[in-house]
Amino acid sequence: MAMTMTGEATLPAARGKVWALLNDPEVLKGCIPGCQSLERNGDNGFSAVVKTKIGPVAATFKGKVVLSDIVPEVSYRIAGEGEGGVAGFAKGGAKVSLADVEGGTLLRYDVEAHVGGKMAQLGSRLVDGVAKGMADKFFASFAEAAGGRVAPAAPAPEPLAAAAPPSAARAARPLVGEAKVIPQQTSWLRRIWEWFMLLWR
Amino acid sequence: MSATGIGASVKRKEDIRFITGKGHYLDDINRPGQAYAYFLRSPHAHATIDRIDTAEARKSPGVVAIFAGDDIAADKVGGLICGWMIHSKDGSPMKAGAHPALAQGKVRYVGDHVAVVIADTYARARDAAEKIEVSYSELPAVIDLARAAAPAQAQLHDAAPNNTIFNWHIGDKAATDAAFASAAHVTKLDLVNNRLIPNAMEPRSAIGDYDAGTDTLTLYTTSQNPHVARLVLSAFVGLAPEHKFRVIAPDVGGGFGSKIFIYAEETVCAWASKKIDRPVKWTAERTESFLSDAHGRDHVTHAELALDAQGKITGLRAHTIANLGAYMSTFSSFVPTYAYAPLLSGQYDIPNIYCEVDAVYTNTAPVDAYRGAGRPEAAFLVERIVEIAARETGRDPAELRRINFVKAFPHQTPVLMAYDTGDFGGALDKALELADYKGASRRKAESAAKGKLRGIGISAYIEACGVAPSQAVGMLGGGVGLWESAEVRVNPIGTVEVLTGCHSHGQGNETTYAQLVSSRLGIPIENVSVVHGDTDKVQFGMGTYGSRSGAVGMSALSKALDKVEAKAKKVAGHVLEASEGDIEFKEGKFTVKGTDKSIDFGSVALNAYTAHKFNGQELEPGLKEGAFWDPTNFTFPAGVHICELEIDPETGVVTIDRWTAVDDFGKLINPMIVEGQVHGGIAQGVGQALLEGARYNEDGQLVTASYMDYCMPRADNLPSFKVETIETPCPSNPLGLKGCGEAGAIAAPPAVINAITDALGHEDVAMPATPQVVWRAAQKTATKRAAE
Repeated sequence: MAMTMTGEATLPAARGKVWALLNDPEVLKGCIPGCQSLERNGDNGFSAVVKTKIGPVAATFKGKVVLSDIVPEVSYRIAGEGEGGVAGFAKGGAKVSLADVEGGTLLRYDVEAHVGGKMAQLGSRLVDGVAKGMADKFFASFAEAAGGRVAPAAPAPEPLAAAAPPSAARAARPLVGEAKVIPQQTSWLRRIWEWFMLLWR
Repeated sequence: MSATGIGASVKRKEDIRFITGKGHYLDDINRPGQAYAYFLRSPHAHATIDRIDTAEARKSPGVVAIFAGDDIAADKVGGLICGWMIHSKDGSPMKAGAHPALAQGKVRYVGDHVAVVIADTYARARDAAEKIEVSYSELPAVIDLARAAAPAQAQLHDAAPNNTIFNWHIGDKAATDAAFASAAHVTKLDLVNNRLIPNAMEPRSAIGDYDAGTDTLTLYTTSQNPHVARLVLSAFVGLAPEHKFRVIAPDVGGGFGSKIFIYAEETVCAWASKKIDRPVKWTAERTESFLSDAHGRDHVTHAELALDAQGKITGLRAHTIANLGAYMSTFSSFVPTYAYAPLLSGQYDIPNIYCEVDAVYTNTAPVDAYRGAGRPEAAFLVERIVEIAARETGRDPAELRRINFVKAFPHQTPVLMAYDTGDFGGALDKALELADYKGASRRKAESAAKGKLRGIGISAYIEACGVAPSQAVGMLGGGVGLWESAEVRVNPIGTVEVLTGCHSHGQGNETTYAQLVSSRLGIPIENVSVVHGDTDKVQFGMGTYGSRSGAVGMSALSKALDKVEAKAKKVAGHVLEASEGDIEFKEGKFTVKGTDKSIDFGSVALNAYTAHKFNGQELEPGLKEGAFWDPTNFTFPAGVHICELEIDPETGVVTIDRWTAVDDFGKLINPMIVEGQVHGGIAQGVGQALLEGARYNEDGQLVTASYMDYCMPRADNLPSFKVETIETPCPSNPLGLKGCGEAGAIAAPPAVINAITDALGHEDVAMPATPQVVWRAAQKTATKRAAE
């Protein structure tokens, strides 16, 4: 299931600080819902264990994340993949870039993600909703870590798909192979979470 | 005709236990000390397995054993086989890759078997499987069958370069090309026969049960052909020799072909049971059924039809790419070749036919026979292209069919088949009348007044059943003979047990076989029981598929009953003190010709066993006879189905308004059961036409792996059917039967699509014609009509 997300967010922090936070495993570990461990292994990689639930499928993802094309404080390419055992696998890549703007830092991301196995068979229609729901949690935590607060999100976040009634889940079903999720005016924290979550897909 | 004999619509004996929950399906069976298997399946369509770490999983509570491909290989467990050898055009044998029961170093489709966890409960086996760590290196997936053989694609099997299993052909290419060169009109058609998932009500299940004391292996399995399963698992997989191996297929809740094949799961359960010396049980979850039951159809075809100026068909040529999935299933090579192309003559006298079939591997579940198996693909091609040819040449589709029908029998087609009998024109006439074909234009106008589009579609299908003379099967590459066996055991009090190598999993054989015995021996059907599905009870047999349990299985039974009657006459002769030649047998009574001296069947049976009235050296005591029947030809059920439907162009919703079926199944044993088979077949065919489509995404993930995404036909998708029959008895078997199990599924898809395209006024509609597909097609119709 290929899913793509693009977006941008303005963070109320200096570029150097955002960059540092995005590279700090301890900060990230505290922000990722269900993250059980996140450890740097080598200069440009992390290994991570994230426990999550997509609809009926609960899984512990063991993943690795590799950073490449690194231009410090400007951009990098990040690729991640995780095996969720019986639940299947998730993998994705993102081009992330930062730029100075008035009042802080603009973060841009362009993500492609795939899920496979049981998640694709049963949970494909739920993946988007779960990603968005978890994003809200992540961004609230990340904002605190950055010394800021979450700006109130414009539209209500999608309900956690696991708790959504079947009709809502059905309505949220992406077109096979070309699900496009383009957040509009959503919380900046949520947007960061969206790309970050995808590292472990 | 007696109330329970041949031709009577006797209610099915077996239904009482099925509808009261008293059936014995496989999951109802439990063996002492049994453990449970859970199969860890590949989430990737194509990947190498770099490492399988089971250390954590082995510590999980209740785990008995964990096995993977290496363990199978170490025990020299043979791979699963494809039992039908096809040779390519160049004479080379088909190129089949290995098909291990547990993946060895590489996975080739999502759902491929990576490891098995055996634990004391199913839940614990599942929990442990969560803890197995598998490192995969993903490979590019080959999903699109049309491009599978193209250069630079990933390769599934080293043994099959360009993912190509065979390039097969049939017919005379030069003569066919010549017919096209001189044709007055050529109709061309590109079509896709959509991939289907069988969805039997009962999922597949197995228990392997090894008895170390006697060194015998028992396999309970949801099989349509337990003896074939035993043969393959003995002779090729090597689990146990046949005399130490019992296979039991109890009540089976539907198969539609998908339970013919020998799968990895039952193989592993049987093998593992011996390995751990405990019974091992596995029952598929529904998602596993979607992933790993052999799928059906999945063809991409280009076809052309040549006609002369009078509308006479002079040639047909076709090129088909058939997707066989990631591994070759038990009969997968047979389905797109000899079960398909020899039916491309349809009901028509077509002098020149040529067909090429390329079979390819893709990273999808194996594809094999599914209700109709090859014949629906052929009928869809022929009935679509003939319909389109009629429209293109401005002829009534019924008339174009009529002028091309085969009218004299026997008729040798250019593609192998010798049609023995039929009345194609008679079936068409009757169907047109029942469907009020003449009134269709009036009804179309009425629909148009309501803003609806009405269409009527004809399907004049033919199929080949009762496969087939074993010698012919052997010449065509089949690895088995396709005869059938029957044994009739008459008990001393005159009740009868019939043992058949056919297997009943929805066909109603326990009733129809009893009807035949009742008719022949003059005893009530309550006094007949039908035993099947156990290799320890029943002599070797070939199982049930291809609508063969009537035409072949009951022919064997008929032959065995001939022997019983002959023996019983001898016994009766001794009892009545008359010569055997003077004994007449009628309605259950043996009578000395021209006298009132008679004795009933039960008394003869008792005398056969007491053996007081005859010399046991001259006449053997007992009354038990067996027979093997080998057909002399295929049988050729044929008929005309007419579908009339209405389309709401605003929503794309198709409502089938009328369905008329006139089928020729030869003689009927039980018209009610026949009608039920036709109903079920039509429902499945309508499912293919309107609702069902298995979809893999470009990564090879099956995105239709549950009933949320794979739509099965329901009662509200169907009208009340008008089902009638005509009868031209089959000359190649003693009962005149042709077989009825698959006809509906073969006839229905072209009838539906011909009706939809008739309503829309263009041919651009693919199966399944979901509301979305039809709505888009209706937009095209609107644009086209606005331009006119």
